[in-house]
Amino acid sequence: MKARHKRMMFIVIGLVAVAAIAALILNALQSNINHFYSPTEVVASEAPKDRTFRLGGLVEVDSVKREDDGLTVHFNVTDSAEIVTVQYTGILPDLFSEGQGVVAQGKLGTGGVFMAEEVLAKHDETYMPPEVADALEKAKGAAE
Amino acid sequence: MIPEIGQFALIIALCLAILQGIFPILGAQLNIRPWMAMAKPVAQGQFIFIVISFACLVYAFVTDDFSVLYTASHSNSLLPTQYKVAGVWGGHEGSLLLWVMMLGLWTFLVSIFSKNLPDEMVARVLGVLGLIAVGFLLFILLTSNPFERLLPAAPDGRDLNPLLQDFGLIIHPPMLYMGYVGFSVAFAFAIAALISGRLDAAWARWSRPWTIVAWSFLGGGIGLGSWWAYYELGWGGWWFWDPVENASLMPWLVGTALIHSLAVSEKRGGFKSWTVLLAIIAFSLSLLGTFLVRSGVITSVHAFATDPERGTFILAFLVVVVVSSLLLFAWRAPKIGQGGKFELVSKETMLLANNVILTVIAAAVLLGTIYPIIIEGLASVGVIEATNKVSVGAPYFNAIFVPLLVPLVFLVGMGPVARWKKADMPDMLRQLRWAFIASAIVAVIVPFLMGGWSWMAALGMVMATWIVTTAIYSLRQRFKATNPELPWGHRLNAIPRSFYGMHMAHIGVAICIVGGTLVSNYMSDKDVRMDIGDTVTVGGYTFRFDGVIETKGPNYMSNQGMIQVLQDGREVMSLKPEKRVYTVQTMPMTEAAIDTGVWRDLYVSLGEPVSGGAWSVRVYHKPFVAWLWTGVILMVLGGFTAMTDRRYRVMARKERKATAETGNLAAAKIATEKA
Repeated sequence: MKARHKRMMFIVIGLVAVAAIAALILNALQSNINHFYSPTEVVASEAPKDRTFRLGGLVEVDSVKREDDGLTVHFNVTDSAEIVTVQYTGILPDLFSEGQGVVAQGKLGTGGVFMAEEVLAKHDETYMPPEVADALEKAKGAAE
Repeated sequence: MIPEIGQFALIIALCLAILQGIFPILGAQLNIRPWMAMAKPVAQGQFIFIVISFACLVYAFVTDDFSVLYTASHSNSLLPTQYKVAGVWGGHEGSLLLWVMMLGLWTFLVSIFSKNLPDEMVARVLGVLGLIAVGFLLFILLTSNPFERLLPAAPDGRDLNPLLQDFGLIIHPPMLYMGYVGFSVAFAFAIAALISGRLDAAWARWSRPWTIVAWSFLGGGIGLGSWWAYYELGWGGWWFWDPVENASLMPWLVGTALIHSLAVSEKRGGFKSWTVLLAIIAFSLSLLGTFLVRSGVITSVHAFATDPERGTFILAFLVVVVVSSLLLFAWRAPKIGQGGKFELVSKETMLLANNVILTVIAAAVLLGTIYPIIIEGLASVGVIEATNKVSVGAPYFNAIFVPLLVPLVFLVGMGPVARWKKADMPDMLRQLRWAFIASAIVAVIVPFLMGGWSWMAALGMVMATWIVTTAIYSLRQRFKATNPELPWGHRLNAIPRSFYGMHMAHIGVAICIVGGTLVSNYMSDKDVRMDIGDTVTVGGYTFRFDGVIETKGPNYMSNQGMIQVLQDGREVMSLKPEKRVYTVQTMPMTEAAIDTGVWRDLYVSLGEPVSGGAWSVRVYHKPFVAWLWTGVILMVLGGFTAMTDRRYRVMARKERKATAETGNLAAAKIATEKA
């Protein structure tokens, strides 16, 4: 193979690979981004109906209820302005508790109940996810 | 008094670091011998003072000195002593001090093991390391002083986060930091080489063992972190694509590319600019990781209390490092010569492809990790419309990782067999035909043995078997090439250790792939409510719940579940998962019970008490999960084996001699290679 042809081969292979990889990455990114919504936004129907998103706020005090199977849990998430009920089946993370910040990932179900597939764990009980802090701040601002 | 000594020692270390960063580099530029000669003693002194400082902080922890704010917030008088020591790096300030001590240790090691290097090189390398130390010591002293007093003293400490009261925490951060910081040595070598313009095979040979050791530590640290998450977080996951995990994975990926690229730079004098660039990127990613962890800009489960001021400092430091080293690179790189020519099908091309893939994976991980910041940043300057906060889910990373891993693994098999300069593809395919066949057979058989066909499992098994069989072939070829007259032992000894190391690491990758693939595809789990006497069957094992008993630890109360495991009706073992409450912060903690085996782990963790003695219980059967960490251990051992290769010592000694005699042997060597 001549040097010029060889260089062309390198370039062509390189370009094809780059294009394929870029397509792969963009496609993966497109379909795996989750947006965050506060309870106020969910109540105002701003959240998507059939896409996974994240909901965050504080777990309302005295709202955690367990069904008889011992695994299905209902609780309310609030940003102090609005409330969304969340349903989750499974074992909750250690640091989940009433009055604390929480972020859940899932979809909206019938009757405005948020069906969580995952309740995100945190490692430190004083930690407040920035999104939640932000949502609380906004709700507070709206109230004033 | 002791804490003040600690802080004072830190200030002295800073002064020494400033000297270390200025005079040796200037000395090397202006050819002032005494200034260059300062490098070693000053660097060693700097390390000693940091060790003193660190010891003072350990002392404050061990003696329960709660007049120190950091101790009061991360320890408690009831904490067992080993966790008091580990508590030193259980928070922001102390872990930075550990960071700096590791940097000091690396610097110290460079100053000890650099007898074979030219004096200018040593001076420049230590000088660059000194400048990095200045940045971090300033950072500690200005924004994160671990010795800050709390007056009046707290009666007792707030306790260490219970998740961190664990053997994993004792060793995970030191190992991880050793790796993170280790790339600063590769970086310093690259910068020193750019300044001197001496980017030759000798430079690559000096930098290789250091880079390999750093890479091994980082890999080991990541593996330990993953293992810790697996058994400590109570839900059996081993990789979450959390920003902080990604922060450590990115420099590892780039570091992996770097050690392969260094091979080409050493053996063929090629890829030199690229190698230098990778060294710069690997270290920059380590700094970026520190920034991500410490600034709190990204939601992560590694949520330490954060402080914007600290984030700004590290970001500024990162920008200074990246911009100045890239400027230096842009200025000097055009002078770096080309390496030897190579054909389209050759070992060089395969290593190039390896580098491209690893860099692309690292870039994709980086994109996914900082995407939320990018979006927010673009929205804040009005380029795009402001949206709600976004997060990138784990499926994104999996979707990228798996398709890119396939060609990479193919290359892992081909690369070692391929020849430099020009390889013959049909011939290689003929040589490796048995590896292909074996891989296909294993890929078909294993999924059925595991209990059901799965394309992903088959793909994973093809990849793993391919790596192992090609490694065996490659080792056999190498053995055949040794002198057949010699006895076996001598022949095995004639193969360089770096060659063994490489194959150990590659086989480690294969074992990781087996573990990851099989556990992801064949894991079974159940979340159940269990009354006393209830049973649940998972993966062929029956778990019987015999209730909980209350026990008491040194600083926690615990509910211990009694679970009997039965196989074919016989009791085979009992597992005792715990639900602890750490009394100081009344923080609950799940302590899973795990029976580890070669073929499977049984994993049980307690949820919450439900009613009348019943608990929610989570039971997992995880086939081959321990292979993940076994593979990591093999990679680490492979790295250390390669590092001990004779030629790094012998050649370096020879070269120094030759350099002294003839001026520059290495340059001459490259010239002959080109010709």
